[in-house]
Amino acid sequence: MKAEVKELPQDIMELQMGPSHPATHGTIKFNLKLDGERVVDCDTEVGYLHRGFDKSSEQGTWTQVIPYTDRLNYVSPLINNVGYALAVERLLGVETTPRCQFIRVVASEISRITDHLTCCGMAASELGAITAGFYMIEAREMLMRIVEALTGARLTVTYVRIGGLKHDLPEGFAAQVKDAFEKTRRLLADVEKLLSHNRIFIDRMSNVGVISKETAVSYGLTGPVLRSTGVNYDVRKLQPYLVYDQMDFTVPLGSHGDNYDRFIVRVEEIEQSMRIVEQALEKMPTGPISIEDPRIVLPDKEKVYNSIEGLMHHFKIIMEGVHVPPGEVYQAVEGGNGELGFYLVSDGGGRPYRVRVRPPCFIAMGAFREMIRGYTVADIVPTFGMINMIGGECDR
Amino acid sequence: MADEIPQLEAIRRILGDAVLDAHTARGEDVIVIRRDGLVESFKRLKEDPALAFDFLSDLTAVDYFGKKEPRFEVVYHLLSLGSGRRVRVKVPVGESSPEVDSLVSLWRAADWMEREVWDMFGIRFRGHPDLRRILLYEEFRGYPLRKDYPVNQRQPLVPERALKGTFVDMRSNNKLAQLKQQLEKQKLAGADSKRG
Amino acid sequence: MIVDLAIVAVKAFLVLFMVLNLAGILGWVERKGSALIQDRIGANRASIFGFAGMGLVNTLIADPIKMLTKEDFIPAHGDRLMHTLAPCLALFPALVTFAVIPFGDVLVVGGREINLQVANLNIGILYIFAMASLSVYGIVIGAWASNNKFSLLGGVRGAAQMVSYEIAMGLSVIGIVIVYGTLEPQAMVRAQGELFWGWLPAWGVVRQPLAFLLFFTAAVAETKRLPFDAPEGESEIVAGYHVEYSGGKFLMFFAGEFAEVVTAAGLVTTLFFGGWQVPYLLRDGFYFPWGSVVSLAPLTVTILQVAAFTVKVLFFCWLQIILRWTLPRFRYDQIMRLGWKMLLPAALVNLFLTAAWIVVRRPV
Repeated sequence: MKAEVKELPQDIMELQMGPSHPATHGTIKFNLKLDGERVVDCDTEVGYLHRGFDKSSEQGTWTQVIPYTDRLNYVSPLINNVGYALAVERLLGVETTPRCQFIRVVASEISRITDHLTCCGMAASELGAITAGFYMIEAREMLMRIVEALTGARLTVTYVRIGGLKHDLPEGFAAQVKDAFEKTRRLLADVEKLLSHNRIFIDRMSNVGVISKETAVSYGLTGPVLRSTGVNYDVRKLQPYLVYDQMDFTVPLGSHGDNYDRFIVRVEEIEQSMRIVEQALEKMPTGPISIEDPRIVLPDKEKVYNSIEGLMHHFKIIMEGVHVPPGEVYQAVEGGNGELGFYLVSDGGGRPYRVRVRPPCFIAMGAFREMIRGYTVADIVPTFGMINMIGGECDR
Repeated sequence: MADEIPQLEAIRRILGDAVLDAHTARGEDVIVIRRDGLVESFKRLKEDPALAFDFLSDLTAVDYFGKKEPRFEVVYHLLSLGSGRRVRVKVPVGESSPEVDSLVSLWRAADWMEREVWDMFGIRFRGHPDLRRILLYEEFRGYPLRKDYPVNQRQPLVPERALKGTFVDMRSNNKLAQLKQQLEKQKLAGADSKRG
Repeated sequence: MIVDLAIVAVKAFLVLFMVLNLAGILGWVERKGSALIQDRIGANRASIFGFAGMGLVNTLIADPIKMLTKEDFIPAHGDRLMHTLAPCLALFPALVTFAVIPFGDVLVVGGREINLQVANLNIGILYIFAMASLSVYGIVIGAWASNNKFSLLGGVRGAAQMVSYEIAMGLSVIGIVIVYGTLEPQAMVRAQGELFWGWLPAWGVVRQPLAFLLFFTAAVAETKRLPFDAPEGESEIVAGYHVEYSGGKFLMFFAGEFAEVVTAAGLVTTLFFGGWQVPYLLRDGFYFPWGSVVSLAPLTVTILQVAAFTVKVLFFCWLQIILRWTLPRFRYDQIMRLGWKMLLPAALVNLFLTAAWIVVRRPV
């Protein structure tokens, strides 16, 4: 009998990873084509968290958009608040008070730290280094307490107002920040011992998800993902907003454009952000936290109850919204994941005509296919983790 | 950003009659360019050494329904990474043929952003390699960010369950719930008439 | 005759009881230990009549009850028979391996010699490897019968990993076998009671330090726990070969994993850390190198020996738990590279050196 030679089938296996999968936090789906463990192609499906941010924003007044911005990048909602408020203020042609600007910087940077800590911690724990992940989450918890003390909420902060802030810094804020930073630095030192010099971790992260400088720019990547390739683009340095030009900080840059560089860039940025917060708290001027314009900022409750003008201003702002002169503006701020842009169009009424967010992680996810092609299934986890896709921002 | 007017002048000079309008508003340079030869214009903006807008920062559209003619504007935000100069490029697109050329050949970032604009505004991008809906599902009908798309319209992929109890929001356009309520009312009316 | 059978039955029951309970306890230790490492409180909700203080006992009871009362899910188009068989195949080898591990010296009761070991096989080491290689089947069959691509990936990874590490494991043990000149675990442990230069216990780790490292690494890899948990890889392939398992069958996989931890600890103890040997403790008491002698009753000696074995096993279990909560996960190809390109050559070198040393020392 002739022996029948059977070829092993070498078909491409299709695997649908997500939308509900431990690695796809934020709800996303990868339609993978696998050759064994190797990713031949990856079609990324987003939109599972689409809630119609743009359309909803067109329904309410300019002020009513602020709570929606909390839910964009819900890991660092304060930066979204600040970005939106800055854009509206530029449309109005006003500038906030110095104290407000400093507080906004403090709030943004604390948010950035929580964002990076969450990203790095989750990426580490997904790689199995759960302990290091928990250390970072513990550090984040300290900062979340600060955010809570500052805004009254952990997630849905809605702290920034057009033309100012909801309220001033709480008492003993600087001391609380100092204490939290001390603990954070100690925890980060532990994490560095556990991770940054761990051979297994380095092997898993380095030379994975590599993207070149030119490709990264072409894909419109921003933030730590772009800076890991060595492109020096940070909105805070290139087009300083608020009082970032008065702060002394450096922008950490990578060189390989791989996951390890992204991790290190983020960890370094945490330190830089802590430096900015310390400087800002040191230089913090006194004075009002909001501009004195009753057409933009709600009057004090005292005035509302005791004077007819105050009541009228209050009524006008609540019912009609802040009247923003017609025009359009694009305001970019440096979000946790990169350039967070707000493109606002006003038709002169109390409601926004168009609110567009440039979501940094949506654009980064566009480059995911390029980053993961040719690597293995297991590499999806750190690569996706270091992009730090936040469902609320990506899908809006 | 010190040389704002020279930047616009340089753009005018380089793009020639492709520029329909150029002005500065709130410190931002805005140019409006012709839809025809769009890729060529962007290529010049990107590759000319005097401009060097090498980074496509954002790509979106605005629907000026009933306010402006032509109805749509596709809005591009370009950035020069070296100098930090920005420019906003607007391309008017009419309602009859909502089509522009795709920029995927210049910036890969345009891929997803153009898909989003197609998804939300129904503006087609000629030459896009894979123009599918991105945030919404393929079965979705209409383009939600157009101003004539009603904000409370619902088209669920899976039929919605009828709500019961305290939290029934009658304002929502929950077709299925309304249908069921109607049926129940009819049933009740039928029972009543039988009894009567 | 009947008494002999009864003794074996009692020993088998005792060992099974100990291993399974230790597996349960490790489940709790892992939760509490990880919490300790990570500055958390850890499991504190299992309570009997509102009394949560006895966390250990409660968790021991609560865990199985929870799992056994859950739905037993078999995926559509999965193979029912194989799906049921797989967890049994995964748990069985881990439990029976312990049969040849001696937990004490010979105990003499009423003139009857009782060997504190369930089965004194003269090819014990071979038996261990035979059983260890069986556990691959549980994984592969479970993965295949689940009709799930994530499982399949996990199964393929698991099969490759276990087969690869068995080779390194086997080769590292051959060094030990050469040194002691026996395949019988009890005889090996006895041989580790000798002293070097009159004071250093001649444990396996002293004679074969490299083999210990290799064996321990391979043993951890065989348990498929964290640095080597690519077959499960919960963040990438969800839970690998046991994605589609629930309830009692999952409990069997779960218990099997911890039983493997206990078995690995037992093997390391037996082969490299003197098994039940307590340094300087002979059959009738302590003989310290500085000359003093402490006489002890035979029963006390046996109890001390069993206690020493237990402590050593617990230490290695704890070591594995610490490892699991400290290190990140390898990638599948990195596991293969470590196994074939580092452990295997190192084991071969170790084997060659040992053999050369034996030849030089004792020319035949």
